[in-house]
Order: sequence, then C-alpha cells, then structure tokens
Amino acid sequence: MNSIHTFLLVLAVLFAVLYAFQPKRPKIAFIYLRYIVLILIAALVLAPFFWLICAAFKDPDVLMKYTFLPPLTEWAKEINLSNFKELFKNQPSMEGDVYFWQYIINSLFLASITTIVQMFFSSMGGYALAKYDFRGKKMVMLFMLASMMIPGVVLLAPVYKLIVNIGLMDTYWALVLPGACSVFGMFLFRQAIVGIPNDLIEAGRIDGCSEFSIFMNLIMPLVRPMTGAFCLVTFLGSWNNFLGPQVYINAQSKLTLPVVLNQYVGVYANQYGVFLAGTLLAIIPPAILFFCLQKEFISGLSSGAVKG
Amino acid sequence: MKHEKYRAYVKRTPYLFLAPYLCLTCIFFVYPLISAFMLSFQQTNGPKSRAFVGLSNYSFVLTDPDFHKAVTNTAIYAVFSIFLQLPISLGLAMLLNAAKDKTKGFFRLIIFSPNLVGQIFVGVIFSVLFVPRYGLFNRFMQSLIYWGLENRWLENPTLVLPAIIITALWMYVGFNMIYFLAGLQSVDKSLIEAARIDGANPWQVFWNVTLPAIKPVATFVVVMSTIGSFQLFELPFALLKGEFGPSSSGLFIVSYLYSMAFRAGDLGTGAAVGWILTLIIMIISLAQIKLSGTLEEGK
Repeated sequence: MNSIHTFLLVLAVLFAVLYAFQPKRPKIAFIYLRYIVLILIAALVLAPFFWLICAAFKDPDVLMKYTFLPPLTEWAKEINLSNFKELFKNQPSMEGDVYFWQYIINSLFLASITTIVQMFFSSMGGYALAKYDFRGKKMVMLFMLASMMIPGVVLLAPVYKLIVNIGLMDTYWALVLPGACSVFGMFLFRQAIVGIPNDLIEAGRIDGCSEFSIFMNLIMPLVRPMTGAFCLVTFLGSWNNFLGPQVYINAQSKLTLPVVLNQYVGVYANQYGVFLAGTLLAIIPPAILFFCLQKEFISGLSSGAVKG
Repeated sequence: MKHEKYRAYVKRTPYLFLAPYLCLTCIFFVYPLISAFMLSFQQTNGPKSRAFVGLSNYSFVLTDPDFHKAVTNTAIYAVFSIFLQLPISLGLAMLLNAAKDKTKGFFRLIIFSPNLVGQIFVGVIFSVLFVPRYGLFNRFMQSLIYWGLENRWLENPTLVLPAIIITALWMYVGFNMIYFLAGLQSVDKSLIEAARIDGANPWQVFWNVTLPAIKPVATFVVVMSTIGSFQLFELPFALLKGEFGPSSSGLFIVSYLYSMAFRAGDLGTGAAVGWILTLIIMIISLAQIKLSGTLEEGK
C-alpha cells in the first residue's frame, strides 16, 4: 500500500458513497466520476512536463535521487541553475566556439521567415482560387489535390540531390524554398476567402484599388483568425522540423534546436540535466504562441474536418 | 480602350497570384517527383555519381530482412495507433463533450498540449523518462503495480516498440480527441434524446446514433492517423539516440529510407523505398475509405 494506491482508493470510496447515498440521482456520482477521470488523465499528460521543469532546475548530482523535487529544506542546496550554465557554455566546433543562444536565434529566425513566406504565398494562391475564374483553374485544383496524396518522404532523396546540384547546401534557402507555398494553406485560405462577398472586391475596383492592394488591404484583414491559426501551424512545423536541418545543414553554427538537442543526447550522455534544460527552453516559445492563439488554432484545426 | 486594357489586366492577375506556387511546385515537386522515379532505377553513391541498374534497387529492398523488420514494426505501430490510441481519444472526447464549455476548453487545452512539442523533443524527454530504476515511467509503474522498475525499455528488443507506442499515445491522444470532439459537437442532441426515450441503453445509443453521426470525422481521423503512422521517423530516432534500437527493434520504414539514403549514401535505394511506401499508404487509405463507404451502404 503506497500513496498512489491510497489516493485511488479514497477516490473510489467517495464514488461508492455518492452512489449509495443518492440512489434516486446516480447522475451526481457519475458526474463526479467523469471529472475524476479527466483530472487523472490531465495529471498523466502534464506529469512529463512538470518532471522536465524539475529536472532542468535540479542540481545534476540529485537529478535521479528525487522523482520530482527535493524536499523544501534542501532547496537552497539542490535547486540551482547549474544545468543552464553548462548548457550556455561555449562549445568548440569546426567554425570556432558556438553558444547555445545561437541555436535559439537560428530556430526563431528560420521559423519566422518560413511562416511569413508561407503565409504570403499560400494566401495569394488561395485568393486567386477563391475569387477569380480563369482558364486552367480546375486543373490546378486537381493537381493540388493529387499532390497532397504523395507523402513527403518520396521527395526526400531527389530534393536532396536537387539542393546539392543547385548549390544550396548549408544555406537556409534549402529549408525555406521547398515549402514556401503550402497546398494545405492554399486550400485553407481559399475556404476562408470564398465566403467573402464579391461586392467588396467590386467596390474596391471601382475605387481604383489595384488587384494586389484589394487582396492585401481588403481581403487579408477579413481572414485574420484563419491567418493566425495557419501561422501557428506553420511556425510549429518549422520550429519542430528536424529532418530538413539534419539533412541540409552541416555547419554547427547554423543548426536549429531539434538537431542540436538530438546531438546533445549523445554529447552529454551522462548529464541528462543539460539537454533537458535545453529541451525545456525549446518548448517554451511554441507554448507561448499557442496560449496566445489557442482559440483560433483549435477552431481552425477542426473546422475542415467537420465540414468534409 | 482603357476598359479593355483593364479587363486584360484583371484576367492576368490570377496567374500572377498563382505564379509563386506554380514556379515552386515545378522546381520542388514535379521535377523531384520525376527524378525520384528515375533515381529509383539508378545506383548512386552520394548525390553526384550514378548508374542505371533497372529494378535491382526494388528487388534489393523487397528481399532485405531489415526492410521486412521495418515494415512489420511500422504495421504494428499503425495497428496500435488505430485500435488503442483512437478509442482512447474517442472516449476522452465523449467524456469531455458532456462537460460545461469552460471546463471543456480547459481540459482540451491540457490534453492537447503534448502536440506542441516536436517529436524530437518528445523523444529526448522520454529517452530519460524510460531510464531503468530512476526514470519517471518505471517509478510510476513500480508504485502502481509493483512491476517494471528495472525494465530497460530502450535496450530490450521486446520493449522498444511498446515504449514507442506509449510515447506516441501520450503525444497524439489529444490531437485526435480534438477532431472527435468537433465531430461530437455537431451531433444532433435531439436524436440522442429520442433514442433514450425509446428505451435504448447508453451502449446502443453509442453504436446506433453517435457513431454513425461522427462517421465522416472518424474516417478522416483513421485515415490521417494511418498515413501519419506509416511516416513515423523522428520520434523513435530521438528516443533511441539516433540509432534504430537493439536488433532493429525500433526500425521503421522511413528510418530505413533515411539510413539508406543519408547514412549509406544510396539515394537510389532511398527513392525506391519512398515509392514502395507511397504505394502502401495509398492502398491502405483507399481501402479504409472504401470500407467505411460500404459499411455505410450496409446500414
């Protein structure tokens, strides 16, 4: 009998008591049960995150001594920033010393550029498909649908060959260009823009707006929620992208966080705290973005599925 | 005259708007696709040298015991993600669907949160969680059922796949739950009420009312989840520290492709694996879509 068992037993007894004393309204007992299950599952989901935070701040010597945190009396001695200090120390490499903050900046830069470029090109394409009739439109859409069926890994080897041949190895162009216009994004934007009345566009034309400024100044502000969701998905995708930088980037100083942390698991094989501290830092920026945009994100994520 | 010019200008615009997509897709999709096809019939040594070898890349892959291992592992993983992960996601979605809006949003956010973390980061975190004796997972198992403290999850060939499945469960349960939840919210509540009044028990309501109503979403989730499962790579790669596990127990189809193309430098074989994978994915997802369609007609 340990604390986990006692805790579960108390919960079960409470359920039994509720059920027994409210025979006419068993509903209350079941509502209680539902929340207990949800809370337990939420705890299981959050446990690794909490453990990660604890591990990053624990002194390396006591990392494995306590499951989560040391007792309060030991905090002064055993909670400190030594993992982070080790993490941010200079790392000798072929191109001289590299610091961990360099990787954070690389990741931020790359994810931002990818997001902006992809949003711009995809929304342009989506607008053309939503609001213009032109020859070949059906064919373009069919082609786009077909291209979504092909799994990306087929293109891994040939795109690598192409990148080598046009001399983009070891540059960020190799990471930004191939995905600069997403088919998925074009369909999302098309879906969002199709509902905007044509009168608006006509009014813009009569007032002498150029086609491009109609798109930028009239249409884009109206699909802002969708844009937010799309940007978040793109940012996350780029931030977490491993295969791209792993294959195309050789210079240590140009690497991004996923590749570096994967390296660090080997480099700091016996100092778990160091790469766990790095991982903690790596999951903070997407978490902040997500909490700012979560409403748009979840509704954007699920709207396509329900309609389809 | 001016008007005519303007009309021509408006007619041209959609092509201008689509120009970035069309250019990029030609360079980075159409051309590589053709070259992937050619490449799969060539033997390469790095990106520059090559020779035509006919079907031998395919025959090599299809007879390679490592590839068989990769296909088996991938298939097992896919089966678990459909028959273990999705039912749990659906169950959670149903629990949540009955809750009030505010609590719903709160729990949805928490259960979804692992999805923000990239597969590599999850792999790095769980590679320490699964450490024998000291890892969080082993300690949890030990205090819950007095078993598993000394399990070497990532070194014991029989435990590697379960460890990957558990990690993926933690990561993706919330993702699929969001879709199921959206589907459940669009189910007509009066239909369920009517079934209840007619005396159907909760189980019957679930099978005969709820499930058919969320079928489009369920089909979508099953197909997406299968496609995703067959492309699993980063999670086991990070979890197993850049290796493929003892006796290839953590080798998946894309891991095999990666090691062929980028570790052995054989892009031709890599391309061939890519085409085989495409074929497998297409057959399975078409079969799933077809199957859900025929079930519908049968009802």
